[in-house]
Amino acid sequence: MIYWHLFLAFFIPGILGYGGGPASIPLVEHEVVGNYEWMSTQEFSEVVAIGNSLPGPIATKMAGYIGYTEAGILGSIVAMIATVAPSLILMVFMMAILMKYKDEPEVKNLTKVIRPVIAILLAFMTIQFAQESVEGIGIAYTLIVMVVSFVLLEKVKLHPAFIIALALVFGAITGL
Amino acid sequence: MVVRTIPKNSSARPGRVLHRNICLAFFRIGMLGFGGGPSSIPLVHQEVVKKYGWMTDDEFGDTLALANTLPGPIATKMAGYIGYRVAGIWGLLNALLASAIPTVVLMIVFLGLLQTYKDIPWVQHMSATVVPVVAVMLAVLTWDFIKKSGETLGWMRAIMLLALSAILIEALHIHPAIVILGCILAVFSPLLKRRKKA
Repeated sequence: MIYWHLFLAFFIPGILGYGGGPASIPLVEHEVVGNYEWMSTQEFSEVVAIGNSLPGPIATKMAGYIGYTEAGILGSIVAMIATVAPSLILMVFMMAILMKYKDEPEVKNLTKVIRPVIAILLAFMTIQFAQESVEGIGIAYTLIVMVVSFVLLEKVKLHPAFIIALALVFGAITGL
Repeated sequence: MVVRTIPKNSSARPGRVLHRNICLAFFRIGMLGFGGGPSSIPLVHQEVVKKYGWMTDDEFGDTLALANTLPGPIATKMAGYIGYRVAGIWGLLNALLASAIPTVVLMIVFLGLLQTYKDIPWVQHMSATVVPVVAVMLAVLTWDFIKKSGETLGWMRAIMLLALSAILIEALHIHPAIVILGCILAVFSPLLKRRKKA
């Protein structure tokens, strides 16, 4: 049963996440935190944070890790297959048909029309994470960390991996 | 540093060399692509077109355009498809595993460590500090998506679609999958109508 749930939880983001792996983050969160409650928001944010700091595709990293924590190696494999297989199979076996339609305006429009939906999902996920943080470590600390990481990310253009690493060190020191 | 993939006059198992190259190419792409799949596309181009010559620039462009119109993670779609083109189904599996597995193992090791020590107060504080940082990164990603929506759809339509999906998902609690499926149907209905007429 758990394997079926894992499959579903990652199949849906895999087949509907237009815009690559990052677009599927809120869809994965919807299943993993909201629907199946395998993780808390805090735990999921750790997955996103570490996932963003390590190299490689984000969607398979999340699937592989969450599958592993829920149902071991087999769970990890199931979740990764559910993430990767549907669109890959379409691509490999329907290349000829897809090539014929790839210049149709509708096909080109698809990503454009779905983008706002993903944006809304991301927006509410952002709010949820901010709320979680305020409840967990207080509004002052949250605001300081948010402002500093925003400046580092957008103004200093520091790599996200470094910002996560800095946050971990800062959090450890202030937690001592 | 150009490595010939299938040397014509080589007697030493070309298949083996090819598979080793696929594995190395996609391992490098996976391990060096920070920032998720989309940011690793230039690395894929570097390995597949420039280094190994498995595809021409045009073929790569077509493949990328097509991958972009399909849902799901882009990096694994590219890896799997290119692996398949170069060496069939085993090439597909090889490329896929080489790009995904090493990073998943790293992920399990790192987060496993964090989980093991999560009862120590300073470790707790350490992981709590990551939450607001992730919120900022998501906010930036959100803004990217909103900006791009406005640029491609026009701001009026973009804002209408944003508001509509906000109402459907957050106020009426409709599953995002249903909303996205609705979009797909709405977009494709003119195409289907045209096909019927033709």
